[in-house]
Amino acid sequence: MEKERHVLVVFPHPDDEAFGVSGTIATHIKNGTPVTYACLTLGEMGRNMGNPPFTNRENLPKIRKKELQAAADLLGIQDLRMMGLRDKTVEFEDDDKMTDMISFMIQELNPSLIITFYPGYSVHPDHEATGAAVIRAVEKMPAESRPKLHCVAFSNNCVEELGEADIINNIAPVADIKISVIKAHRSQTEQMFADITEEDTKTNPRIMAWINNERFWTYKFK
Amino acid sequence: MEPVVVQKVQEAINQRANQDVYIHLETTNGAYASHNDETFFSSGAYIRNALVRYELGKITGDGPYRVGLKIELGWVYAEGITHFEIDEQNRLLMAGHDFKGKLAVALEISNTPFE
Repeated sequence: MEKERHVLVVFPHPDDEAFGVSGTIATHIKNGTPVTYACLTLGEMGRNMGNPPFTNRENLPKIRKKELQAAADLLGIQDLRMMGLRDKTVEFEDDDKMTDMISFMIQELNPSLIITFYPGYSVHPDHEATGAAVIRAVEKMPAESRPKLHCVAFSNNCVEELGEADIINNIAPVADIKISVIKAHRSQTEQMFADITEEDTKTNPRIMAWINNERFWTYKFK
Repeated sequence: MEPVVVQKVQEAINQRANQDVYIHLETTNGAYASHNDETFFSSGAYIRNALVRYELGKITGDGPYRVGLKIELGWVYAEGITHFEIDEQNRLLMAGHDFKGKLAVALEISNTPFE
């Protein structure tokens, strides 16, 4: 992984960073690179309430905020920004306001790398709108001063249309941090981990490949 | 939240009738429903902080339950309610959870705006 000046991570939901990106974030932090994580919402509309329910619609964001902070602490992120938008409404916000929000952060932080979702290939409307806002902000910059854009894509057609990911980060050295980050988002991930043992994460080749390799597509401007 | 006790929910609905209340109403299949199953038609609706006044409200059914509120010029309705709670702010929170504990519907009634 190249050494970066500053990494800006922009996702809409607490836990969006956990599965596909937390190993990459942890590696940058270990390299001494400052990382800013701008999380647009608190995942207020999450659906996992448990059976029997452990929380309700109104208390879920309080839980997810704590989980997000805990995950950031595990990763060593010193600049965690909660942007105050609401889950499932990101695409309905004013596009120019969204672009400006990202542009201001880019001006302030001067990142050499931005990590976000690949618009068109990231399934959830909030993911799409977040990625699109980042792309618009970067597109406004002169081509020579743009930061690198590494995008997460996972729609069913992403490989067919984008080709294979051009960036694959092996994060095995920090896999333990990544697993602890995934677990920190307990309200969202506990059910999933009920079926995976500690042993699996060290010996099951399929699970290890899933945990250890983080895939990104460099955004292609048209 | 606890499983619906019809009498308790009905009392709570009655206590909030004939006054200005804020409503949160949502239904959802989750944002990944069509991603996980491309034959699935995903839909949902959501309204937060609708200010209404209902003259009559009822919980019916054998569980999962239905809740309807008759407002001045129309209706508010939710189906699939399984759980309820009266929270520390005296709000009546009702929700329907599927077998995996995922929220599918919510109807909440509050005397003050939701955050």
